[in-house]
Amino acid sequence: MSLRTLPLLVLNMGGEMLYILDQRLRAQHETDDKTQRVLNDIVRSMFSKAFMEELMKPQDLYSQRALRCVLTRLAHTSIMRLNPASMDRLYDLMMMAFKYQLLLCPRPRDLLLITCNHVDAVRDMVKDSPCLINQINDAQRQILEMYTPLSDGELQFIRQTLLSLFQDVHVRVSIFLKEKIQNPDGRFVLPTSGPVPHGSDVPGLIRWFNSRGREVRRREFPSGGCYCSSLREGSFDVAGDRVTRLGTNMYCTTLSEDARTSDSSKNTCKTKQQASVDPNPLAKEELNLLAKLMGGMEVWNLASADGGVKVNLFLSEQEEDDGGISSGGDEPAFGVINIQATQDHQVNTELTRIAEELLVQQDQPELPSNKGDDLLAMMDEL
Amino acid sequence: MAKMYHKEKSIQIKSSASALYNNLSVLRIAPRCLTYFTVVHANVVNMVSASWDGLNYSHRQLQSKEGNVATSSSLIMQAAWCVLPSRDLLVLTSQKGIQMYESDGSIMVYWHALDTPETPTAQAVFARGIAAVRDKYICVGVSSGSVLVFDVPSKGSNITLSEVLEEHTEPITDMASECSGSMECIADLVSADDSGTLCVWKSGGDFQLLNKIPGFDTSCSSVKLWKGTVIAGYGTGQIRLYEGVTGILHAEVNAHARWIYSLDIAPFTGLLLSAAEDSLVRVWHLTISPETNNVEIEHLYNECVTDSQICGAKFCDGDGYAFAVTGYDLSEIIRYTQA
Repeated sequence: MSLRTLPLLVLNMGGEMLYILDQRLRAQHETDDKTQRVLNDIVRSMFSKAFMEELMKPQDLYSQRALRCVLTRLAHTSIMRLNPASMDRLYDLMMMAFKYQLLLCPRPRDLLLITCNHVDAVRDMVKDSPCLINQINDAQRQILEMYTPLSDGELQFIRQTLLSLFQDVHVRVSIFLKEKIQNPDGRFVLPTSGPVPHGSDVPGLIRWFNSRGREVRRREFPSGGCYCSSLREGSFDVAGDRVTRLGTNMYCTTLSEDARTSDSSKNTCKTKQQASVDPNPLAKEELNLLAKLMGGMEVWNLASADGGVKVNLFLSEQEEDDGGISSGGDEPAFGVINIQATQDHQVNTELTRIAEELLVQQDQPELPSNKGDDLLAMMDEL
Repeated sequence: MAKMYHKEKSIQIKSSASALYNNLSVLRIAPRCLTYFTVVHANVVNMVSASWDGLNYSHRQLQSKEGNVATSSSLIMQAAWCVLPSRDLLVLTSQKGIQMYESDGSIMVYWHALDTPETPTAQAVFARGIAAVRDKYICVGVSSGSVLVFDVPSKGSNITLSEVLEEHTEPITDMASECSGSMECIADLVSADDSGTLCVWKSGGDFQLLNKIPGFDTSCSSVKLWKGTVIAGYGTGQIRLYEGVTGILHAEVNAHARWIYSLDIAPFTGLLLSAAEDSLVRVWHLTISPETNNVEIEHLYNECVTDSQICGAKFCDGDGYAFAVTGYDLSEIIRYTQA
């Protein structure tokens, strides 16, 4: 499929990650200082020149596993640590948010506007740091330079490639269910009303032309929806009104609402199935790509840090007592999981485990090549 | 308006449909009272054979394979049956190449590898757009814009690449051959690409370009050719009807609010089916006016597949008595029959 998906994936999902972490840290009344530190560190890594350069090289779509590895590593460049279960929840939220934006994107080109919305919001999060703002501006310029010249067909192809990554993922998110943008079965609501995409016309009209191109007749037909003309086009500059609300922070208005996710067993099965249709079945290849991508990222040595940051991604005890989701007996009850700072050795185990999981996919019995070994060794040393 | 079609029992498929243009193909096998359906999911083609009495369903899954290398696989862009007078073949197009199978998917009879560059460039390589033309040709489009013409013998696997047509410069999206059955039509094939350019061809030992209709930088994702009329569906949601040989635009329809993913024609009645990401399937009626020889289009019916981005819609028979629909992330083929 398309070889230009990675920058959009990382920026949009990374943006969602920052929205969620920001909301959670503030909801728990973390000091502004600590919150800002976490956000700044992640932003610094995400928008670093070296990282962006690697992202923008033409390459196959990453598998879910590899993508998750990159995003986990990004999160770990801050003083915050996530245990696997919490990363699971965070990743589910990021995935579903971006899947929603992809589906509701009126036309493929609007995907750039959605990306800009994420980048704009991130810039605002670190507005007191001119150095980071410069980094972000540079990265955004590069992204716009790369994607704006593409044709609508190419952008649709990118969108189709991204949709294939999120196929069969139907995690239910409480904030989406509450806002009625997601159905109880996990599928998103696709409205048949509202403004048509920029460049399209409201359906319902047939026009006939003569051989000289002049309109000779027109007739209307019932469109079965309730559409109106498109809004003005959003701006594709580094700064500007994007017009679309997709990609903006939907968590900042609902401070008390937690983004709960529920996993149906069906979802787990499908995630496994998805793993077996990875576009890049050779895990070693992926490890090499990851090595290049993450090589520049520094991970905090927590032994010297002033204690970690706890992020609670679940209900507080009080809200839990009020009785969370009332659903069928199959649904697992959610406990409170604290995302705690951990010692380095646990980080090593975590990353090594991820790396090992990637290696297990490989079918050939031969020994790993030198490059794969190097990456694992690098991860172990952290 | 009285409901023209009603919903039938859906057919469950083993995995969900991918968001690809024209992601449903239907083959009606009258002598055996069966209909075959194919739906693409990533690197797999889900094939279902359904008996007309609704009692028997059998499933098969085909994986795209690079030649005979069993372990590698690539993403499939499209799967479609090609109906030739002597045989039906199932054609799969992917990132690596083109595979042709016997119509039940049991045996692969031909494999054609695409030229892939040594180092990855930003432009992806894939094959997309499949059409059977006249007696013995199968044409397949490529991301470079080339159209490959394969010569197919009446039986056996001695299929050869007879010609490469180089007119398009953008990736081919879809292709269609004249489906009315009329031998009077001059144009045999239309090819469409991502810029909306349409090429109209006459088949033969050397294919001849009859007309090149420019696009307006709007991708044409689905195209049909019926009684010399090109019916093209665009990313803007518009359908345009062109006279193939002259390129004259006869009608323009603001048909859908989102990208059109599939068009189909029932050749015996002139019914047209259009489906888009806006969750709507629409049925139209095309007629050729005898006085002016111009095409007329009339809207007949809408069906909303709630909360689905439709990626495939096809009539199940030549009269348009029934049609089937697939949607992104849906693991079923939804069917409708005339009331």
